Amino acid sequence: MKIEFLYWEECPSHTETLARLREVLKESELDPPVERIHVETDDQAVSLKFPGSPTIRIDGADLFPVPDEMVGLTCRVYYTPEGRVTPLPTKDMIRSALAAHRIKITKGG
Amino acid sequence: MVLALESKLLAFSLPGTDGNTYSPDQYRQARALGVVFTCNHCPYAKAWEDRLIQLQRDFGKSGVQLLLISSNDPAKIPDDSFENMKRRSKEKAYPFPYLFDESQEVARAYGATRTPEIFLFDADRVLRYHGAPDDNFEDPAAVTQHYARDAIEALIAGRRPEPTDTKPVGCTIKWK
Repeated sequence: MKIEFLYWEECPSHTETLARLREVLKESELDPPVERIHVETDDQAVSLKFPGSPTIRIDGADLFPVPDEMVGLTCRVYYTPEGRVTPLPTKDMIRSALAAHRIKITKGG
Repeated sequence: MVLALESKLLAFSLPGTDGNTYSPDQYRQARALGVVFTCNHCPYAKAWEDRLIQLQRDFGKSGVQLLLISSNDPAKIPDDSFENMKRRSKEKAYPFPYLFDESQEVARAYGATRTPEIFLFDADRVLRYHGAPDDNFEDPAAVTQHYARDAIEALIAGRRPEPTDTKPVGCTIKWK
């Protein structure tokens, strides 16, 4: 499993998001290395199809898929299951998305 | 450099999403006046938006007025265009003016850097609180320090807010 963590320094929540991701991976008994990718320029954002900070990709797929046209150096909007806007996913959101990704892989999707 | 505490309010005149032009002078009777830099697109601004609306609803009758300003460059963030600001203020039935600082001169004069970022002035228009709305952008139910609410209550009661300055947390203002 390849995990990439893409972030833009100007959005303040990336450190907390990375910590949450690592905690969830640890409790899932997964311990793959997390590659941190610092997105610094608009050109880099376009080339990486970066939809905002922070973004987590598992095996190249966004853990929280968004439309392809959303690209840029910005802070990313997440929605909690209760519908609240938040700048970073909760641990529960990361946990659920990871579980869904693993089911998809198991089914060969 | 950010406007220092105890500085006097810096005047401005900006177009609002309702078609009128607003300046702080129009609110001479207000016992407290908050200049809040915010925007449409930022998740931090969105997360705190309902709480700002609630502040205005709770304290409007006590003579408190918030003026929300977006200074972001819409060329960089189309969601922050004046048209989209109009749409947002309607959708959320903003109880305060939502102003477009197209030249970004107001944000620069105040030294604002983040959205949201609050500058709260007392009845004499002296800056008494600067910073974040509260200490938890993620979850309103988990807030333990209601900075802006407490500061407003202090000003209404004729006291000095404490704390007076907190770190603004949010997206950076998108400069031209």
